Amino acid sequence: MIAAHDVAPAHLPDTTPPEPQVLFELVEVEKVFMVRKPGSLFGGAKVGLPALDGVRLKIRKGASVALVGESGSGKSTLLRVLLGLTRPTQGHALYQGRPIDQVRAEGPAFARQVAMIYQDARGSLNPRMTIAALIAEPLRHFRICPEADIPDRVHSLLARVGLPAEVADRYPAAMSGGQVRRVAIARALASEPTVLVADEAVSGLDVSTQAQLLNLLRRLQRDMALTLVFITHDLGVASYLCEEIAIMYLGRIVETGPTNAVLTAPAHPYARALRRAAPEFFAPISDPLPGEIPSPLDLPTGCRFSGRCDVAQADCHLSDPALVRLGGGASDRAAACFHPLLPDANTDLGHTTATHLKRDIHA
Amino acid sequence: MTHTILPEMIVPRPLSRGPASPDPYLPGTPGSDPLLTVTGLTVYRGSRRILDDVSFTLARGETLALVGESGAGKSTIASALMGLLAGRARVTGQAAFDDVPDLLAITSKGWSGLRGQRIAMIFQDAGAALNPCFTVGSQLTSVLRRQLGLDRATARQRAVTLLDSVGLNDAAARMSAYPHQLSGGMQQRVMVAIALACDPDLLFADEPTSALDVTIQAQIVRLILDQTRAKGASCVFVLHDLALASQTCDRIVVLYAGQVMESGPSDVVLNDPRHPYTRLLKSCVIEIGTHDLDPPDGSVPGYDDLPGGCRFATRCPRRLPRCAAERPPLTTLAGRSLACWNPETGE
Repeated sequence: MIAAHDVAPAHLPDTTPPEPQVLFELVEVEKVFMVRKPGSLFGGAKVGLPALDGVRLKIRKGASVALVGESGSGKSTLLRVLLGLTRPTQGHALYQGRPIDQVRAEGPAFARQVAMIYQDARGSLNPRMTIAALIAEPLRHFRICPEADIPDRVHSLLARVGLPAEVADRYPAAMSGGQVRRVAIARALASEPTVLVADEAVSGLDVSTQAQLLNLLRRLQRDMALTLVFITHDLGVASYLCEEIAIMYLGRIVETGPTNAVLTAPAHPYARALRRAAPEFFAPISDPLPGEIPSPLDLPTGCRFSGRCDVAQADCHLSDPALVRLGGGASDRAAACFHPLLPDANTDLGHTTATHLKRDIHA
Repeated sequence: MTHTILPEMIVPRPLSRGPASPDPYLPGTPGSDPLLTVTGLTVYRGSRRILDDVSFTLARGETLALVGESGAGKSTIASALMGLLAGRARVTGQAAFDDVPDLLAITSKGWSGLRGQRIAMIFQDAGAALNPCFTVGSQLTSVLRRQLGLDRATARQRAVTLLDSVGLNDAAARMSAYPHQLSGGMQQRVMVAIALACDPDLLFADEPTSALDVTIQAQIVRLILDQTRAKGASCVFVLHDLALASQTCDRIVVLYAGQVMESGPSDVVLNDPRHPYTRLLKSCVIEIGTHDLDPPDGSVPGYDDLPGGCRFATRCPRRLPRCAAERPPLTTLAGRSLACWNPETGE
């Protein structure tokens, strides 16, 4: 596996041309959905709902990136932008240096290289098709192999995701939740992708089934040198599967970096709040983060997190901090915070004392 | 855009704790005054035993966690004890609750004054449990008027106080809100208010936070613990998250496919699990920094093909020949109850 953070500082605006190994690059991506003004029943005025705002992200070949955030943080919209299903209203979404929608329009090559595992695995499988037919579908669509080889290919895909050969003739309804997820993974792998994009692929499962699937995904990523983009709300899953993490809040990436470093000593107060809220054996229940994620139709001025932040200061309410590199140019971490937390402020994650790091604005 | 502080953004009651004071949220010593004693609870659906001889006790003021994977029977226990299975399943066994000799023997009329008043329940999906056609206020006042016989004005006043105490800001205005106008966290707060409206002695919370975001989950868990502790009520949590159970509950009952595997004080059971299933369940919990998981193969058996003997035997790494033939009884070992022929030795 490529040690992602050894190569170059991640996810930052860069003046140098993109390195060849960068697969996806998002530059100041903004996506505004036009929605009916709340309260108006028919027609009426439309207002813009910013689902993504100023998102910068680089995904290198072979990297494993977790996108983490609560509901409404823009994870799924970001995923749709990566897949070329949604065109950003501002900014650029690039795949190997070219706009994603353009690459997508050129033919099935992009869809073949970038495979998706949907959150609702059962819903993504046609209930009237057998498992064998479901897995053969992408094989035929992308003309992966001659018709005669399809049964063999289906069986090897089933084996690869740890399903016995006899499930081939079953229908999705006869499979358990964990098995259905495996079928969805097999379908995604059928097109021999280089990138696997998974939306909450292990949520809502029993812990033992979840652990089995996580081990499967980790093995597949390593064996097939896949690039993995994994959406999750579970920090434990993110740390188990992904080397890099991007934490989102209200349409913004608030912190990125190597997963271990970010979760050991979060720099953004929201990252720390998420970290504290995750249940831990016998740890006292920490003070919960007050309030709820505000409506994107009624964003607070300044930093979007300022209304819930326990270390917010006057400037936080005035302007919105951009995602900037922490602690100088060589760092592989970045946070969108005027007052990022010092590492030693995190030694005791259960307490709310915080020291502030004077950020070098010119970094 | 103007800077608006939404009502949700304000902390209802700041909970400050000095670092030196004993932590009120850590499981304490279990009380000795039993409130609920369940013996041999068995639930049949047709010929299938979906709960098989479940026994546990709960003391006054204690919190207990029923944990296990899906199909373990956690929610069925809560439903059986609240008399919600009537007509859909056959229930045997005994459940003594305070001065009521057997909850399982109560028939329809006997529940009045008991269910909703002395035993209440918080459901998993508040959005589905609340009636979408009525305002939050009318659903809350109807409980107060029906159960406590309050008049309209007193009920309304009491409802506002309740909504305020569960952290709904501007409670008087929220009374006229419909459930869909509230966020998931706010809906769950309303559920807590309805459940606690009559000061119950026993509260069932069926996965109260699994549909919520983690930061909201922490708020709701904190709220339920605060409210039940303030009122001296006992609480039974149905949970799938072992780590959360260790943080919230004094005692824990580990279930697998309708059978109790291990039960006891949560620190004893979770720090030193002796049942192979508890150990496996714990080894599958991903915490931040977990590097290796070693999950067991297979999954929980369906009710149509339940194995005889110990139901975990088919997946158990410490299985003996007798495990599949003969069900192990609950015995006491190292401070907990355990149903296993070949328990793990201490760590």
